[in-house]
Formats: sequence, structure tokens, C-alpha cells
Amino acid sequence: MGSPITARGWGWRHPGRVRWAVRDIDLTVEAGERVLLLGASGAGKSTLLHGLAGVLGDQEEGEQAGHLTVDGVSPADARGRSGLVLQDPDTQLVLARVGDEVAFGAENLAVPRAEIWPRVHRALDDVGLDVPLDHPTTALSGGQKQRLALAAVLAMQPGLLLLDEPTANLDPAGVIDVRDAVVRVLERTLATLVVVEHRVDVWADVVDRVVVLDSDGGILADGAPSVVLRQEGTRARLIEAGVWVPGYRPETPAVSARPGADLLHAAGLAVARTRRGNAVLDDVDLTLRGGEALSVLGPNGSGKSTLALTLGGLLRPRSGELAARPPLARGAGTSPAGWKSAELVSRIGTVFQEPEHQFLTHTVLDELEFGPRRVARQDEAEVRRRVDPLAERLRLTGLLKANPFTLSGGEKRRLSVATMLATGPEILILDEPTFGQDAHTWAELVALLAELIHAGTCVVSVTHDRDYTAALGSRVLAVDGTSATLEVAA
Amino acid sequence: MSVDVLNPEITGKVLPRANPLSKLFAAVLITVVVMLSVDWVSAGVVLVSELLLLPLLGISVRRLLFRTWPFVVAAIVAAYGTALLADKTGRVLFELGPVLFTEDSVNAGLAIGLRGLAIALPGLFLLASTDPTDLADALAQWLKAPHRFVLGALAGMRLVGLLFDEWRTLGLARHARGVAHEGNPAARFGNFLGQAFGLMVQAIRRATRLAVAMEARGFGAGPRTWARESTFSRIDVVVVLVGTLIAALAVTAAVAAGTWNFILG
Repeated sequence: MGSPITARGWGWRHPGRVRWAVRDIDLTVEAGERVLLLGASGAGKSTLLHGLAGVLGDQEEGEQAGHLTVDGVSPADARGRSGLVLQDPDTQLVLARVGDEVAFGAENLAVPRAEIWPRVHRALDDVGLDVPLDHPTTALSGGQKQRLALAAVLAMQPGLLLLDEPTANLDPAGVIDVRDAVVRVLERTLATLVVVEHRVDVWADVVDRVVVLDSDGGILADGAPSVVLRQEGTRARLIEAGVWVPGYRPETPAVSARPGADLLHAAGLAVARTRRGNAVLDDVDLTLRGGEALSVLGPNGSGKSTLALTLGGLLRPRSGELAARPPLARGAGTSPAGWKSAELVSRIGTVFQEPEHQFLTHTVLDELEFGPRRVARQDEAEVRRRVDPLAERLRLTGLLKANPFTLSGGEKRRLSVATMLATGPEILILDEPTFGQDAHTWAELVALLAELIHAGTCVVSVTHDRDYTAALGSRVLAVDGTSATLEVAA
Repeated sequence: MSVDVLNPEITGKVLPRANPLSKLFAAVLITVVVMLSVDWVSAGVVLVSELLLLPLLGISVRRLLFRTWPFVVAAIVAAYGTALLADKTGRVLFELGPVLFTEDSVNAGLAIGLRGLAIALPGLFLLASTDPTDLADALAQWLKAPHRFVLGALAGMRLVGLLFDEWRTLGLARHARGVAHEGNPAARFGNFLGQAFGLMVQAIRRATRLAVAMEARGFGAGPRTWARESTFSRIDVVVVLVGTLIAALAVTAAVAAGTWNFILG
């Protein structure tokens, strides 16, 4: 049976913060209701979800206001009544084998051994994960891992399912698999559902109710999806909050690709993750030109990122040819992997999926100046000439003294792109630049890249995002299995 | 390359079915006996027995050498060093300038080398035939090790595997920023420290998330049950008997040959 939820003036403040992460929440969710929880970045959706899961901790770990109950008791006392699935598939799996992973929660609730294994089989069945019990959890795809995480909470037989952006890191096929598994589970267990997700269209048809949190506290809108998502007033406010409302795409400037000089040429290129490893992608033929965009599309694990790293001069080609043409090489040799750091950063910039991986210093300003000053060794005037307009254009001027690690997700993304642009590369490569971004950050990124393309930069993106690809007027390299084919421009 | 610490390659057919505790007992017993005496007879008996049992592991000689070569090299170096530096008593076997080997010094070197190998091999047997999850189950269920500790260690090991990947990604990500493996040793060392710090930040972040996920699944709330029963079978009786037999044989042979050389005696 489903667990009901009540919140009365509930709020939570993390220790040492002035601002409440979430506050003034008054909410009643009936047993078995399915709720999609929306709100701008930083509106406190995850905090509410963690509160419902009872994992926010005690007074030392934060300050609580008002009351929050699941099944009529405080969530911390209702352990096992709720099951939480998080965004990152890799940091919520505990054990090495699939069966053990599912059994873990039931063991913690002291379920007798004889009862655990039937529960494990039932849960794996429910999520449609058809692998042996001793299958290694690391050998699963992202979508399978998320379904495993779902099965792992189901074995506790929770009355409340809490999903925190469960599909944000998945490819389109994985997204649908996970969504369908959730629906099947709800139909059988009649559990209550609260799901947080930026991409509303995935869940809009599945839920009975949409609740929107206001960034300034309280609830902005609450009602049936058809009402909240379609009514003029609430729809406009959702769009303003950066929520991906179905049927809405942020406006972006039109891109007119004006292909310029040939920069980088690949012929029969094979790429591998390690020097002696197997090729994950074979026979890639490709020419990158200035002033155009290319999107590399395909399922997760198909070698897209490895190709991007190779094009970016960070990995050596396994075999085949990858040659910089004279306008790019400018006397630095034809093989990007052989370039010195200073040569590389002024020719090709690679923006990684996780911005934090690329932060090197303690302030935003140092971060921006690092490339021009410390790597390319430009003089002070040149550094200023490059960094100041860049900070201005990417709205980082107010943050120059801030520590990069303390920025918001959107700010981190802007900074990581800016650090690459500071050395003025001809080619910019981005790995999954729009994963988990709200509509504002998305639109901002697209506008910036469109401007770069217009100014003659070549932008290569590894992505699943068809809207993004269309907005940049990208050519498409479709990767499938071990082959890659260039799609004819639509 | 992803390193899956919790799913090591388990080889052989018989030993993986034995309870980790009986294997641990046999390995510790043999290791202790070899460590108690520095002589080539007891070490030789143990080493020969271990080599005879190697087929049980079901790995080819090539893979075996691949996994153990550091130990072999260390043993040879230790043996040579000891033979070179030990008391030069007994008959002279070889002399060239300052290099002098005598009967006794070579005996001492041989004992040290064989002993090193004999100590290393039981560990290899244990590692190659034991799944970490089974070991955790056995420790918690039979030795009553605290489950928070045992499962925490297990989950931590999984993170270590992920961190290998993370280290690689960090290296590439920093290279893209222009921090490269070029320049003088000091710059390289600085870069290494920077990357290590980045890894630490990510490790803490991941560990925090994992802890939340485990807590949300009721971990640490109270008494728990174990889905997998850690059991003993006839194989375990054999493992313990064979381990004891090897240990006893080694002591007996060394004492009978008059070479038993107790380290504290």
C-alpha cells in the first residue's frame, strides 16, 4: 500500500547557511498519488526529497522548521517505508553482484533470509532486469544500473518511491526503460511516487499531479498536469523558472553555418580508451571545418567520448590517420596528440562533462587566466584583452573572486567553457554539455556556441540532445556499434 | 580501463567453493610457520607443497608469472643480497675481488629467497580464490565482525575501483587545460599533487553520495539479516587439514634435518 505524506510549514536549512534550502512547504499527498516535483535550480527539490527519505540527518546536520511525516511518522523513524533512487548510477550501487545489491535493503530491514530471495526475484522481474543474480553490477549499462537501483529499493517494499532525477544521465533508450519500469512497479505496488526531473515530458503522462516549488519558499503551483502545464499563468512561471515544459523550447539565435577552412582531417580513424586497448570505434572519416558544428550522437558506451578525446588530441589514435591541416597546425606538427600543452590549448579546447574535473585554481579569475598566462605564456596586456571580455560575455564578472567549486551547476558549466575559450582555440569539443541542465542554462549555452560558430570556431559536441543539435544547425555523426556514419544534413 | 576491485578474476574450481575463513586459517598457519624460522628446509618444504597445489588455482604458468613476478624478483634480490652480506663461514664457493660467496652465506641467501616466496604464495592462493563479498559475509556471520565496518569496507572497495577511472579522466581533463606531463620533475610533481587533490575532492563527494544511498536503504539502522549464508563443507575440512599438514611437515623436516633456526632463539 502507498504511504501518505504531510508537510506543515516544513523547511530545512543546511548548517552555516543564511538561506533556507527549502521552506514554508504545506503539502498533503494521498496514498498512491503520483507527484512530479518541479522548480528552478536551487528551489530545494532535492532537499525535500531527502527529507522525505529521512536522510537529512539530525540537528547537527541542519535546522528543521515545521513538520514532515510519511505514514504519519517522522521520515527518519519510517526507514524502509520510502525508497530513494538518485541521479548518478555509479554512486548508489553498494555491492558487486546484482542479486546481492537487491537483497541489501531487505537485509538492513532484518527481513528473514527465506523471504529475501523471493523479494529479490520479484523486484528484478518488476523492473524488467533479466540478468543472472551473480552478474557483476559494473557490467551493466547506465539504464540497467538505474533499474537495478529501483529494484534495490523495491525489495524493501516501500510505500513511497522517491526519484531524484533518475534519468538525467541516461541516453534516450535508457530514459524510456527506466520510466516504463517505474510505471509497472507503481501499477503493482500502488506505492506513492514523488519524482524530481527537469525533463517534464518524460513524466507528464505518468503522474496525477504536478507540484512546483517556489525559489522564495512555499509552493508556486499544484494541480493536475493538464492544468499546471497548460494554463497560461503557471506555464509562463514554469518557463521563467527554467523548467522544461512540454512543447516549449527556449528561443535561440539562428545559426548560419559558413564552413571555413579545413582544420582537422580523419581518415580510417580507429579510437581506443587505452594505448593498447581494443578499438571502440573504427573507420571514422571526417573533416572538421571552421565555422560549423558537428554533433556525435549514439547510445552510451558506443565510443563517442573516446572519439571526442582523440579528436581533442588527448588520446592517440589506435590506428588510421588524424591530421591537423595547416590553418590549425600553424607549424606545430600534424598530429594533435603530439602537441605540447601550450600548442594544444591555443588550437583545440575540450570541455569535459563534469566541470569540476577541469578546475585547477581557487578563484574564478585565476581559472580564466590560467590558460593564457600559465600555459600559453602571453603577456599581461594580451591576458587582459582575452579574459576581461570573456568574463563579461559569460556573466562571470560578479564571481571573479569566488571559488569555482562553490558555483551553481549552470555557473560551473559557463566557467568550464570560458576557461577553454580563453586561449582562443579554433576547435571546441564538448562532452554532453546539456546533461541535466535546466532550460535557462541550456539556452545560454546554445546562444554562446552559436556566437562562436558565427565567429568561425568549429564546435564538436558529444550529445543525446536532438534539440541542441538542431539549434546549432549541426552536422550529425551517428555512432552505432563500432561504426560511425555522417548523416546528410536535414 | 575500469578496475573492478570487487569482482576479481576467480580461477580454479575447488578452492573458490571453500569458506574464506578456512582458507584464511590455512594461509595464516603456513605463513606463521615459515616466518618463525629462517632455514631453507622448512621454507623449501612449504614452497614445494604450494607449487604442487598450484594446479588447483587453474591458472596458466604465464598468468602465474605475470601475477607473481614482483615477488620472484624481490626473492632473488633478497637471496643475492643475503648471500653477499651474510657471515662468510664455511667453504668458499666463488670469489672475484670483493665478491665472496661461501657455503654458509649461500645457504642463508637460499633460505631468505625461498622463505620470501613461501610467504607470498598463501596470499596468492587466498586472493585468487576468494570473492571479497564472501569474505565479508564470513567475517560478519562467524567472527561477528561489526556489519557497519565490514559492509562499509566492501562499499569503499567498490569506490576504489571507480576512482581508478576517475584518476584517468582527471588526467585527461587537466591535460586539456594545459597541465601536462611535460616540464621539469618539480612541475610534474606539482601536477601530480594537484591531480591527487582533485581525486580526493571527487572521492569525498562520491563517498558522501554513497553513504546517503546506503542510509536511505536502511543501512546502520539496527539489527540486520544476511541473505547469503556463509557455510562450511567437507572442502573446508580438507583445506584446514592440508594447511595443518604442510605446516607440521615443514617444522618436522627442518628439525629432523637440524636446520630449524628459530628467529627469536
